Amino acid sequence: MGKQVLVIEDEPNIIEAISFLLMRDGWTVATHSNGRDAVDIVRARRPDLLILDVMLPGKSGYEILSELRADAALAELPVLMLTARGQAKDREMAERIGASRFMTKPFSNAEMLDALHQLVPGA
Amino acid sequence: MGILNVLIVVCLIYVAILFGVAFMAERAAAQGRGGWLRSPFVYTLSLSIYCTAWTFYGAVGYAARSGLEYLTIYLGPTLVMIGWWWVLRKLVRIGRSQRITSVADLVSSRYGKSNTLAVVATLVAVIGTTPYIALQLQSVTLSFSSFAGAEAIEQPFGDRNSMALWVAVGLAFFTILFGTRNLDANERHHGVVMAIALEAVVKLVALMAVGVFVVWGLAGGVEEILAKIDASAIGSFSPHSGRWAALTFLSAAAFLTLPRMFQVMVVENEDERHLRTASWAFPTYLMMMSLFVVPIAAVGLELMPAGANPDLFVLTLPLSQGQEGLAMFSFLGGFSSATSMVIVATIALSTMVSNHVVMPIWLWSKGGGGAMISGDVRGVVLLARRISMAVVLALGYLYYRFSGGGAALAVIGLISFAGLAQVLPAMIGGIFWRGATRAGALSGLAVGFLVWLFCLLLPSFGDGNILSAATFRDGLWGIGWLRPHALFGIAGLDPLVHAVMWSMSLNTILFVVVSLMTFPSPLERLQGAQFVNVFQHSMATQGWSGGVAQAEDLMVMAQRILGPVEAQEFFLDEVRRQGLAGYLPEPTSEFLQRLERELSGSVGSATAHAMVAQIMGRATVSVDDLLKVADETAQMMEYQNQLEAKSDELTRTARQLRAVNEKLTQLSVQKDAFLSQISHELRTPMTSIRAFSEILRDTDELGEEALRKYAGIIHNEAIRLTRLLDDLLDLSVLENGQVSLNLREGLLSDVIDQAVAATGAGGGTLRIRRTQSGEAVLLNTDLDRLAQVFINLIANAQKYCDAARPELTITAKERDGLLVVDFVDNGTGIPREAQSLIFEKFARVSDHKAGGAGLGLAICREIMARLGGGITYLPGQGGAAFRVTLRPSLRAAD
Repeated sequence: MGKQVLVIEDEPNIIEAISFLLMRDGWTVATHSNGRDAVDIVRARRPDLLILDVMLPGKSGYEILSELRADAALAELPVLMLTARGQAKDREMAERIGASRFMTKPFSNAEMLDALHQLVPGA
Repeated sequence: MGILNVLIVVCLIYVAILFGVAFMAERAAAQGRGGWLRSPFVYTLSLSIYCTAWTFYGAVGYAARSGLEYLTIYLGPTLVMIGWWWVLRKLVRIGRSQRITSVADLVSSRYGKSNTLAVVATLVAVIGTTPYIALQLQSVTLSFSSFAGAEAIEQPFGDRNSMALWVAVGLAFFTILFGTRNLDANERHHGVVMAIALEAVVKLVALMAVGVFVVWGLAGGVEEILAKIDASAIGSFSPHSGRWAALTFLSAAAFLTLPRMFQVMVVENEDERHLRTASWAFPTYLMMMSLFVVPIAAVGLELMPAGANPDLFVLTLPLSQGQEGLAMFSFLGGFSSATSMVIVATIALSTMVSNHVVMPIWLWSKGGGGAMISGDVRGVVLLARRISMAVVLALGYLYYRFSGGGAALAVIGLISFAGLAQVLPAMIGGIFWRGATRAGALSGLAVGFLVWLFCLLLPSFGDGNILSAATFRDGLWGIGWLRPHALFGIAGLDPLVHAVMWSMSLNTILFVVVSLMTFPSPLERLQGAQFVNVFQHSMATQGWSGGVAQAEDLMVMAQRILGPVEAQEFFLDEVRRQGLAGYLPEPTSEFLQRLERELSGSVGSATAHAMVAQIMGRATVSVDDLLKVADETAQMMEYQNQLEAKSDELTRTARQLRAVNEKLTQLSVQKDAFLSQISHELRTPMTSIRAFSEILRDTDELGEEALRKYAGIIHNEAIRLTRLLDDLLDLSVLENGQVSLNLREGLLSDVIDQAVAATGAGGGTLRIRRTQSGEAVLLNTDLDRLAQVFINLIANAQKYCDAARPELTITAKERDGLLVVDFVDNGTGIPREAQSLIFEKFARVSDHKAGGAGLGLAICREIMARLGGGITYLPGQGGAAFRVTLRPSLRAAD
């Protein structure tokens, strides 16, 4: 049984691509596609790693991340942020709030897997 | 076949001519022609409904019974007209500036828009006018029977009563047809006024013709007729000074307070300057009407048999001399006098009854007014008015039936005058005395009315009919000083003088005393100041609290009362005045004032006030407003007006600047967001394409099904990317004006057909309703680009309309030379704060649930701008509503 990853993303095709990749890499993958109750889902599932999109319906990825970091139990959770807006200020924003890693869409599959392994050693 | 049939045919032809004249006047007015409709002489002639059948027939009878006393009936109005500068001018100005619809509305509006007062005044008017209508019915049947003989009447009609019934039904039909064509009482009834002006001429010429016949045909000249008058009883009547004064006063008062007079004099007044002409022309008319009264009476007394009814001399005198043609003409004159009075009185009364009684009850039964009412209120108001008209005429007929038509004509007329005159203290006090209050008006009116009822109306039914003989002898409940003809023990007076004296003096005293004792509400104060000082400041000063964005609710309500076209124009006009763009003005207190006045033209001031209050919350009268009212000196007023004009200008500029600034800020934020958005929209499909193409490249053992699926995703995302780029290019070409239009001729209906087919909306869940009539318009434009706009709007409705059974209504019509195509769906519409943004690029109201890139409406806006038209969001239509405007090239011939 591999480590658990939670993907919060609203584009169905991107969810499908990431799920395919990670399952083949041995992860257990759960997905969720809106921002409103994302924080509750994270608390309930307690994943080993979170992949979080920025533009989500209901609540933005930045807001979700801020709420997670405010919660002591989740402050150390590794979070990989994905965004389709590749401007420098988006990256700064993500780092300030406490993203563990930041990637711009479109990404290379190999890079994504490397990043996950760095974030969760031994996975 | 006999004389009766001829009479009926003549009447029918005459009525047909009236219909024709009314119809043509309406048509001319509707087409903007007919400046002659607005002539001061038409106005003057319309005032002649003062002269009813009572004056036409009754004046001669009156002269035969009481000598020159009949002149008082003409003297009162003459005095009022000559003194027009003081009272009439003020009434007309107030009526126009406050959009007053009736006497009851005037009183109600002056005393704080009180509906109670309106109801009481309406009641007085209905009770006071009903006998008068009965009188007209009676005169028509009497003249019929004296012409054709009583037996002849009974043959086709059964009896005289059913003949009166037929006359009433015919009049109801005419009145409803021409009296309820338009709702706004301030939009004039051109047809009716014109018909009445014609009738005024007919009755004057008829009476004068009889007079000429009598003086030169029968008596043999002026000298002979003077000798006959001296010889007859008329010469020996001595005037009773008390009665003389009372009657002159009564007729002057009635001239101002009769509902029908108020209708033609104030409500139908087109131009204040017409009063100037009428001030000499109307007394001249009255003088001519009265010129031959005494000669006809004198000759009648001499030539007719002793028992003959002098009220009918005008008709029977020529008849007895074998002058059938002249008699017929005279009959038509009487017929004219009766019908014109009934028509106008019915219109006036029905306006009061529907505005002050039916509408408040209807609104109340709907659980409040304002935006909560559903459906088109105009239909209800019109129906209420039509029913009121029928009811008023039915009342007149019933009174005729039960009073038996016994009393002499003049007596019923005077009773009616005295009843209606009770409104006078409240009216005159209201426009000249700022201290008059609602409580004062109400108590004066109520007491005066009761005294009139007890001393004049009820006794008129005769001893022992309604009031018992004992009441006459011993007073009400046996109390001696409550005898109807000797109130407070003062006996020996003429009953009419007695009743007028007591009712008017008690009315006035109570009005003044109660007004002095009570304190007016703030709204009463403001209205009072506006009425009394109508010439100094016609600007309204009362303010509403709020100013929050309730404009859309106001629009919804206004559309239901004024009609969608009129309401939208009214709002647009205000938007322009405020220097804004779009459809909704800011609900400034000035605008609300205008709106309320506009509405009160349709439903009366009290109801209009209540409806606006429903939406805006209670109107507050600020200290500032009251101070304005308290400022007495003209100097202060002048200075203040200047300041106001300046500050108005500043407010307008500031409002414009605020709007521009808001727009600029939004644009700069949007420009920033635009790059970010473009990046997002392009990168999202690319992410899937890259991820899946790498999977296809790097994974060896993919199954057939997965292979096909992933390739399919790549394919779809590539198409999405292309479409996005196409849209962006399209938009940029349109924005730079580099687009070349492919102008062709075609029918609008074909373009809509094409758009509906392209979206597949015909067979889908979205139902499309179209009005075929407006679509037969020939266009000369880029038809494909226009279809692109329509496709976008239909597709949006398919995607975003959230009704259980989605429906899109497409209506095309021409307005002000523009072709207007509205697309209105039945969903929840677009929230107010988003309405100004939806035409911007990437502006999506909801989160990407329906998957568009958010460029569709931006493209539509650019296309329409290139085609020389426009597209806007139309608020207040229920669902989402878009309006496309275009210039039509030519109207299709069919």
